[in-house]
Amino acid sequence: MKQYLSSTEYQPVIGFEIHIELATKSKMFSSSPNNPDEKRPNTNIDEIVTGQPGTLPVANKEAIRLSAMVGLALNCQIDEFSKFDRKHYFYPDLPKGYQISQYDKPISRDGYLDVNINGETKRIGITRAHLEEDAGKNIHPDGLSYSLVDYNRAGCALLEIVSEPDIESGQEARVFLQELRNIVRYLGASDCDMEKGTMRVEPNISVRKPGETGLPNYKVEVKNINSFKFAEAAINYEIERQIEILKAGKTPKQVTMGWDEKNNCTVEQRSKEEANDYRYFPEPDLPVLQFSKEYLDTLRAEMPELPAQKRARFTEEFKLPGGDVENLINWKELANYFESVVSEIEEWAEQEKVLDKNLLVKLAANWCLQDFSAALNKELKNPLDAEVSPENFAELMVLIQQGKISGSAAKQVFKVMFEKGGDPSNTVEDLGLHQVSDEGAISEALDKVISANEKAVSDFKAGQQKSFGFLVGQAMKELKGKGNPQVINELLKKKLSYRVKG
Amino acid sequence: MFEFLQLTELRKLLDEKKVSSLELTKYFLARIKEHQDLNAFITVTEERALADARRADEFINSPGENPFLCGIPYAAKDLFCSKGIRTTAASKILDNYIAPYDATSIAKIKAQKGVLLGKTNLDQFAHGSSGETSAYGPTKNVWDKSRMPGGSSSGSASAVAGGLAPWATATETGGSIRQPASLSGISGWKPTYGRVSRFGVIAMASSLDSIGAMAYSVEDLAKIAEVISGRDEKDSTTGHGEVPEYSKRLSADIKGLKVGIPKEYFVEGMEDGVKQRVMEAIKELEKLGAKLVDVELPNTKFGSLVYAIVCPSEVASNLMRYDGIRYGHVATDTKNLLEVYEKSRASGFGNEAKRRILTGTYVLSAGYKDAYYKKAQKVRRLIINEFAEVFKQVDILACPSTPNVAHKLGKAAENPLHGYIADQLNIPGSLAGLPALSVPCGFARPDDGESPSMDGLPVGLQIIGPQWGEQKVFDVGYAYQQTTDWHKKHPSI
Repeated sequence: MKQYLSSTEYQPVIGFEIHIELATKSKMFSSSPNNPDEKRPNTNIDEIVTGQPGTLPVANKEAIRLSAMVGLALNCQIDEFSKFDRKHYFYPDLPKGYQISQYDKPISRDGYLDVNINGETKRIGITRAHLEEDAGKNIHPDGLSYSLVDYNRAGCALLEIVSEPDIESGQEARVFLQELRNIVRYLGASDCDMEKGTMRVEPNISVRKPGETGLPNYKVEVKNINSFKFAEAAINYEIERQIEILKAGKTPKQVTMGWDEKNNCTVEQRSKEEANDYRYFPEPDLPVLQFSKEYLDTLRAEMPELPAQKRARFTEEFKLPGGDVENLINWKELANYFESVVSEIEEWAEQEKVLDKNLLVKLAANWCLQDFSAALNKELKNPLDAEVSPENFAELMVLIQQGKISGSAAKQVFKVMFEKGGDPSNTVEDLGLHQVSDEGAISEALDKVISANEKAVSDFKAGQQKSFGFLVGQAMKELKGKGNPQVINELLKKKLSYRVKG
Repeated sequence: MFEFLQLTELRKLLDEKKVSSLELTKYFLARIKEHQDLNAFITVTEERALADARRADEFINSPGENPFLCGIPYAAKDLFCSKGIRTTAASKILDNYIAPYDATSIAKIKAQKGVLLGKTNLDQFAHGSSGETSAYGPTKNVWDKSRMPGGSSSGSASAVAGGLAPWATATETGGSIRQPASLSGISGWKPTYGRVSRFGVIAMASSLDSIGAMAYSVEDLAKIAEVISGRDEKDSTTGHGEVPEYSKRLSADIKGLKVGIPKEYFVEGMEDGVKQRVMEAIKELEKLGAKLVDVELPNTKFGSLVYAIVCPSEVASNLMRYDGIRYGHVATDTKNLLEVYEKSRASGFGNEAKRRILTGTYVLSAGYKDAYYKKAQKVRRLIINEFAEVFKQVDILACPSTPNVAHKLGKAAENPLHGYIADQLNIPGSLAGLPALSVPCGFARPDDGESPSMDGLPVGLQIIGPQWGEQKVFDVGYAYQQTTDWHKKHPSI
């Protein structure tokens, strides 16, 4: 992390424009499918998407619902009336020569998002969130004298969220983006995949000189950022660059920069010659949007648990460490899966009072975040599509805690469960991995080992700790690797100390 | 033989199998060929029409009732997208454009097995009121070929008035159905805004465009209205109200009906002959038992001004899509993207389109929008409210459809504002989205000193109703046509 962040002299002023492609079945204004994964160009198009003469838009109700949900989750004001406007400009990827957007009556306005920055709550204002249609993509094949246009993305529902310039560092920006992405994901409004482009973030960065108040008289927009990591890096880079210019007594140029991820720096992009006049006017083909109190009440009732609430609950109820909570929160489906496992564990704990519920929950969190996450990531699988059911997952945790299988055996069992599903007890049987915890059997094996390895026993008594490990190993061998190491340890300790005393 | 027969008559002939759809279709196709000099059609879809007619005959010959338009030939203004058929909007920029889909209204007629004869000429993108801005040359008035038929639905008007098609689709933005129907001596219906789906009809000014029809009688129009009206999920501005059975409910009994006579609609400079015919027609309504009431609509004078701002603003926006990238005309001698736009649009659009693009772009520009566009919208609201107030006093309004009979061809080109002046009796109603009819009410000699080839030229009576008040408008027109026969007068061409 760069040193200037702790500087009290210069104060970075950062706001965001964030575009989120909503996960609707069809496009914003036509019934053509919305599918960001479609690779064949110009497949998801129809007469409306391609702007054929005579076509009219029909607003997608689901997109409006999702936008309002996001607005409510961001504590926004949703006015009774909202409307669409036309924003005019020529570009080949814009089929109608205008984009249907929202100008002065966005669906949501004046909200905020609270984020946790180094243990403190910081409130970041949300200026507005409005709905619009996406453009297509221009493709410039190498070495060819023409360009191609793919309209698959054209007309997809796009939610543009604009924040207040309340962010002061790259780290704050990253946390803000993460929290926002989580909220949108929790609402099921979008997968917010930066690489796929279903979430696009553009920070506006400027720096306030020491003693200055109000907004600086310039701002630098950075585009071409395709991960939160790059957003953080680009912001930090810009802050440093701008401070240097300011220190030299100059004012940075108001430009659009692009993030060059190879060279870790921002590069000035060709700026458009003049300010565009988009000639906004109300879209005459669409009626005004009306949000009744009843409708908004219904949306509030449908509001799922949001990341902040889940975070608080996981910390409270499960007493999990902060890092674990954060990692679970950041993967909604995994967090939900984990909760299903927890409720299974509760049932177990209810039946078998001897079980330590809190320990089991912690164990489950570890397994979710380690072996399970790793396996899911490897197969690009969603937790909810996994073969292993929460019930079986919970049972595996119980088997581990009861000492019926060893840690390494559990890993083998889990591997099988992940691939084929099934009950862990059966899998343990099938693989012959049942751990021997029976004190009688272990004691018998230890006696054999002790009498067969007198040298090691006397070495241990003489203070050689190494010999203890050797004896454990021998006992494990005797038990064909299925002995419960904890029980072996305890019993061996007992036996040897008895011998010492004897 | 079949020309000038009303749809109700054709329906009877077809149902009684006295004529087949194929015979009718061939008959009208022959008339279209014979009267090519009218320049009423841009595209004639002969082969499709014959195939469609055969299919309609098969349907008619099978048991069961026939839909009203089944087997009846018709013409569509070339602003209606028709799948697989060239659709030009009478502009070079769409000269090679084959529509990939059907307009909702075309689909509805198709579902009834109506037979499309071809696509009719119009003012380019419907910009005009004489038919002369068409890139395919002007259409001629069937009563006097040296005169214009009115516009923008010029081809539809001449096709119906000349007996080349028994009915035609048409569109209005500010008088483009009523004015040509009046000048060509036929009946024209401009629906309430939102009564008929605009989907698939090439947009002129979206908040004003209404989709209607032209035919020989109000009864026919009421029948057509039943087919093409109604909520369309593809057009969010269509109304949700159910479509009444207009034709079944038609009533010639207008006793006690209050007919408002707006004094502002008898404008300065109006031709005496036109005024006389319209006053006679209004007296006829009085004879039928209607009560005449003088009313005032003082904001009428602002109508053309509001239209002059709202219309080009929406036009400029709607014409943005003609950029030479995806379809239509594209200039070839271009070096970069900007030139593709500039040259394609410069060589593709006609002068009137360019004039409106420039005006519309100007009034929506930063710094001017509030002064022009926003103020115009406020005045538009005043006009809407004023009509609403008047319709508390009266049931319908009666007035002339146009202040004059058909002008000589070429007169409009002398003055770019020609259209605005000719439209002044239609525009306020368009701004308020009201339903209206123009019905023939006699003939008058023009004031221009030029003697027409016959005694007089057609005059139209305009009947305006309140929003969604189609039934009242149809009733009055129907009552009038029960006691007069002006709508049965046809030219001998």
